[in-house]
Amino acid sequence: MAVITMREALNQALSEEMERDGRVILMGEEVAEYQGAYKVSSGLLQKFGAKRVLDTPISESGFAGLGVGAAMQGLRPVVEFMTWSFSMVAYDQIVNNAGAIRYMSGGQYSIPIVFRGSSGAGLQVGATHSHTPENWYANVPAMTVITPAFPDDAKGLLKSAIRSNNPVCFIENEKLYGFKGEVPEGDVLTTIGQARICREGSQVTLIANSASTHVALASAEQLAADGISAEVVDLRTIKPLDIPTILASVVKTSRVVIVEENKPFAGWGAQVAYEIQHRAFDSLDAPIERVTGLDVPQPYARVLEQAVMPSAERVTEAAKKTLG
Amino acid sequence: MASSGAKKVRSKEKPGNSPAMLPTLTPSERVDLLRKMVLIRRFEQKAAQAFMQAKIRGFCHLYIGQEAVAVGSISTLHPTDAVITAYRDHGHALARGMSSRECMAELFGKITGCSRGKGGSMHFFSKEKHFHGGHGIVGGQTPLAAGIAFAQKYNGTGEVTVCYLGDGAVNQGAFHEALNLAALWKLPVIYVIENNEYSMGTHQSRSSAGYPLVKRADGYDMAGITANGNDVDDVREKMWDAVQLARTESLPSLVEIKTYRYRGHSMSDPGNYRTKEEIAERKKESEPISMFKERLYKEKVLTEKEYEEIERQAVAEAEDAIAFAEASAEPEVATVFEDIHAPEDQIAEFRPPIGS
Ligand SMILES: Cc1ncc(C[n+]2csc(CCOP(=O)(O)OP(=O)(O)O)c2C)c(N)n1
Ligand SMILES: [Mg+2]
Repeated sequence: MAVITMREALNQALSEEMERDGRVILMGEEVAEYQGAYKVSSGLLQKFGAKRVLDTPISESGFAGLGVGAAMQGLRPVVEFMTWSFSMVAYDQIVNNAGAIRYMSGGQYSIPIVFRGSSGAGLQVGATHSHTPENWYANVPAMTVITPAFPDDAKGLLKSAIRSNNPVCFIENEKLYGFKGEVPEGDVLTTIGQARICREGSQVTLIANSASTHVALASAEQLAADGISAEVVDLRTIKPLDIPTILASVVKTSRVVIVEENKPFAGWGAQVAYEIQHRAFDSLDAPIERVTGLDVPQPYARVLEQAVMPSAERVTEAAKKTLG
Repeated sequence: MASSGAKKVRSKEKPGNSPAMLPTLTPSERVDLLRKMVLIRRFEQKAAQAFMQAKIRGFCHLYIGQEAVAVGSISTLHPTDAVITAYRDHGHALARGMSSRECMAELFGKITGCSRGKGGSMHFFSKEKHFHGGHGIVGGQTPLAAGIAFAQKYNGTGEVTVCYLGDGAVNQGAFHEALNLAALWKLPVIYVIENNEYSMGTHQSRSSAGYPLVKRADGYDMAGITANGNDVDDVREKMWDAVQLARTESLPSLVEIKTYRYRGHSMSDPGNYRTKEEIAERKKESEPISMFKERLYKEKVLTEKEYEEIERQAVAEAEDAIAFAEASAEPEVATVFEDIHAPEDQIAEFRPPIGS
C-alpha cells in the first residue's frame, strides 16, 4: 500500500470521483489556478478544466448557495471553504438551504452537496481563523458531518460523501494535511457513520475525532507507560454517531474520556456523554470526563493557545481521574 | 474578465444575433393573463378569510396588487424554465401553473399541500412545475437562483432562471454576491426586484441609498431594465428582453418592476406606516386588474359579461380550493420524520433508523 499524505489522499478522492461522475464539480476560493490554498485541489484544473474546477470570488454565501442551487438541479458540487472558519458568512445557505429545502418541500429535492475545507486551531492564527465547527453543523438535522483523522479514511470518506445524495459537511483539520499513512489504491470507500478502534485497550476508553484522535493516541502511549491500558475510538463521523461501537467499548472499559477540539458548551462530546449515560449507565464506573478546547476565544500567543488546546497531558490526567 | 459587453446590452440595443420578437398574444391568450391575475386575487382573498378564521396560521404574506408582475413575467417563460422567489410566493406559484388546491392545502398545513404541509405559506415548492420555492430568509434565494442557472448552463439545457426579490432584499449581502457571480460567470438568470416601496413598515426611502434600485446592475456590468408592474403588457415586454438575453447569450440581467401591495406586509400587519388615502390613491391610479380589463374592453377582446364569468370562475376555483383544503387530511404525525434525507443509491444507507 502506498504511504501518502492526507492532502494527497483527499486529492485522489476528488480526482477519482470527478473522473467517475461528470456531475461532480469543485468550486471555491483559489481551488483552480492557485491549485488550492492548502494544495488539496492540486492538478485538478489541469485534469478537468475550468468548466468543472472553478475559482470563486470571496463570496462564501454566494458560492455556497450557488452550489445548493446547482445540487437542486442534479449536479453534485464539492464546495471548498478555504477554512471552515469562513463558513460562518455562508451559515444561512448551509443551514436553511442545504439543510432544510428537502424537508420544507415535502421531499421533492435531493441536495447532493459536499462542503469541505480545513479547520482547527493550534497554528497561532487567532480567534477568527481557528474554529472547529463540527458541533455547529451536527446540530442541523439533515446534515452529515465527517471529520477524518487518517489519510485512508480521508480518501474513503470523501468518496462516500461525494456519492451521498444528501448534504455533507466534510471537516478536515489543517494540522493533519501533511500527516502520512497507508492508503489502499483504487476505488475503496469508507462507510460513513462508522467509528474505528485505532488502539485496543481494557481500562479506559478515549473517544476522539480528527486531530484529537492523535492527541488521544499520544495520551494512550503515556498511560501505557504508567501501566494503564487505554482504548482509542476515532469517531470518523460525528453525525450520525456510531453508537454501537461507542457502547461496546464503554461496556468493555467502564470508563470514558472524550477528547474534542471544539468548545465545551454543546460540543459534540456533550452529546456523546449523554448517549453513553442514557444507554449504558450501569456500565459506567466513573463520571465521564471531557477534554475540550477551553471556553475562550482562541488566543494567539503560543503558550496561551497550547493551554487552550486539548493535550495528551490533559487527557492522561482525565483518564487517571476516571480510574480513581 | 467580467462580462464587459453586458453593460451596454440594454433592451432594444442588443448587438449580434437578431433577437426573437416578443410573440403577439392571441385575444384568448390575453384574456388568459387577466384570468390568472383575477384567480390570484380571489385565491388570496379567500386565504385571508381563512386566516381570520384561524384555519391558516403562522405568517401569510399576500400578493394583492402585485399580480401583474408574476403573471406578466412568467408568461414570457418556457414551462421548463426555473422560477424562484421569496416568501410572498402564492402569486408566483399560481402563475407558474400550480393548482389552487395544492397551494391552499399547503396554507392549511394539510398532507395534500404542495410541500406536504411542511413548508407553509412562505415555502411553496413544485419541482414538477420548476417552481423552486418559496424562501423565508430575505435574499436567501438569490444565490440558489445563480446555482440553478449554473446547472442549466452546465447541462446546456437552454433554460433560464427567474428569481424574484423585494426592494428590501437588495440590501442583503447574499444578493450582491449572487449578482457578481451571475455576471462573472455569465449565468442565464434574471433577477426581478418587485419594488412595492415597502419592506415591512419601512419605506424604501428609509432603507436604500441609491435610486433607482436597478442602478445596482451597473456595478456588475449587467443589463438593467425597468418596468411598470401595474401594466401586465409592459412587464411582458421588458421581461422578454431580459429572458432573450439569458436564453440566447447566457447573460444575466436585473429588472426592477415598480408595483404596490394593497394589504399589510403580512396578515399580522395593521399597516400604520402609511395612510388609507395613499393606498386608495394608488388603487385609483393604477390597479393592475382593472387597468388590463379596461384595455381588453377597448380592444374588444373582452365583454363585461365575459369578465363576470372570469370572476365567477375565479371565485369558484378559490372556494373549491378552500373546500379541498378543509376536507384534506392532516399529515400523520409519523411523517414528521420523512423527507429529511434522500434515499442513498450510490452508497449503502448509513443512518440508524429514526428513534433507535
Ligand atoms: C434575513 C431576514 N431578515 C429579516 C426578515 C424578516 N422580514 C421578512 S419580510 C421583511 C421585509 C422584506 O421586504 P421586501 O424585500 O421589500 O419584500 P416584500 O415583503 O415587500 O415583498 C423582513 C424584514 C427575514 N425574513 N429574513
Ligand atoms: Mg417590498
